[in-house]
Amino acid sequence: MIDVRGLVKTFGLKSVLRGLEFHVDRGEFVALVGPNGAGKTTFLRILASLARPSMGEVRVAGYRLPAQAAAVRVRLGVVSHQPLLYGDLTAEENLFFYSRMYGLTDLEHRVGAILEMVGLHARRRDLVRQYSRGMQQRLAIGRAILHDPDVLLFDEPHTGLDQEAAAMLDTLLQDVAARGRTVVMTSHNLDRAADLAERIDILSKGVIAASIKRDEIDPLDLPKLYRSVTHA
Amino acid sequence: MPEAGSTRVVGDQPVVHRRTGGLGAYLRSIGAIIWKDLVAELRSRELLSAMLVFALLVVLIFNFALELDIRTRETVTSGVLWVTFAFAGTLGLNRSMAVEKDRGCLDGLLLVPVDRTAIYFGKVIGNLVFMLIVEAIVLPLYSVLYNINLFQPGLLAVILLGSIGYVAVGTLLSSMAVHARTRDVLLPILLFPVVLPVLVPAIKASNGFLQGFEMAEILPWLNLLIVYDVIFMAVAFMVFDYVVEE
Repeated sequence: MIDVRGLVKTFGLKSVLRGLEFHVDRGEFVALVGPNGAGKTTFLRILASLARPSMGEVRVAGYRLPAQAAAVRVRLGVVSHQPLLYGDLTAEENLFFYSRMYGLTDLEHRVGAILEMVGLHARRRDLVRQYSRGMQQRLAIGRAILHDPDVLLFDEPHTGLDQEAAAMLDTLLQDVAARGRTVVMTSHNLDRAADLAERIDILSKGVIAASIKRDEIDPLDLPKLYRSVTHA
Repeated sequence: MPEAGSTRVVGDQPVVHRRTGGLGAYLRSIGAIIWKDLVAELRSRELLSAMLVFALLVVLIFNFALELDIRTRETVTSGVLWVTFAFAGTLGLNRSMAVEKDRGCLDGLLLVPVDRTAIYFGKVIGNLVFMLIVEAIVLPLYSVLYNINLFQPGLLAVILLGSIGYVAVGTLLSSMAVHARTRDVLLPILLFPVVLPVLVPAIKASNGFLQGFEMAEILPWLNLLIVYDVIFMAVAFMVFDYVVEE
């Protein structure tokens, strides 16, 4: 579903991604972990067609980026640490707006169902700026799955959430991932990555330094492996 | 895989996609962006109030600074008006794009599978509506303070054309400047030199109508204004995709 070969991304003289190779099968949930500045967000922005690769080949759902970006965007949902929502619109208005932008039909029904799913139907007419951070992230997930994408990209979605909100978000992430979608999530939290994902890739110094299947490693050994890879 | 015009059921909910291509989808996206900007502004009133207060202050300051006779007032009016519109417009352009950037909404728009020029035209029309609202309030006030009739069809047409050109360039440049930390300072520095080809004919044509020149004298400026509107719009259409991307 996602195939990346020899990806290089430079900003001026600084190389952030240095020949990165990455492959995700359909329906797989992959967590991408790594230290600050490893290039996780840059990589996700390239997969999301928000940034152009300097070199290399990137394919999402069989379409090449950036050449076939429009076809990729139809199949892609993105949740970042920012909610990508308008604070001066209500939750319902935000979803109506994005539904129109995605060219969806039967908006009332679809938006209502999504609001039910993320547990915000009762507060659908509240302005988003009055929402807590956790509620905004749940609505952000609703926005990302409005058009029923095949691929979901989560860029540190737990940032700024308290324990309860993070746990609620985990349940929602597992729910949307369980519907056969391909998910790539970046995270700083190894425990959370191990809980949610089937595979954990460690990004360090612009390349995938290690790739581990969850059932092939004891979660207790993960921090040790992480340290050895990122400090190598 | 959601195809254009397809329906599929995921979980309990059928998701129906309209055909994603074509003029209809393009216009619907533009309409959605205009609707979103107007509703958000109606709630917050951040953009219009800032533009309006600034514009009224500029007009008042000029009124006290230029204690002129009626003849001289007519000659400076077009300059004062366009300085007011240009400065107030910059505030609006900055704010309009900052709203998109601050909560990551610009990324949300860029992730939508529509031609990105639809985002540009949606923002242009939204910004133009805000600018025209400010102008509609400033003009009568200016008429009273300076005792000059500004409600001449020719002058109003020039103001409309000038505003279109100004907003066309301004929206493009504000979408560039919004990525910078110093965007509030950067936009006027980028905008004013580039928008001069719009402002100069707008000022000259406005002055021509106010002073009752022959149409033959005004027409070259008017034509120049129209040509620059078209050129700036066409250039923005071609480069917007690259400007908004990292």
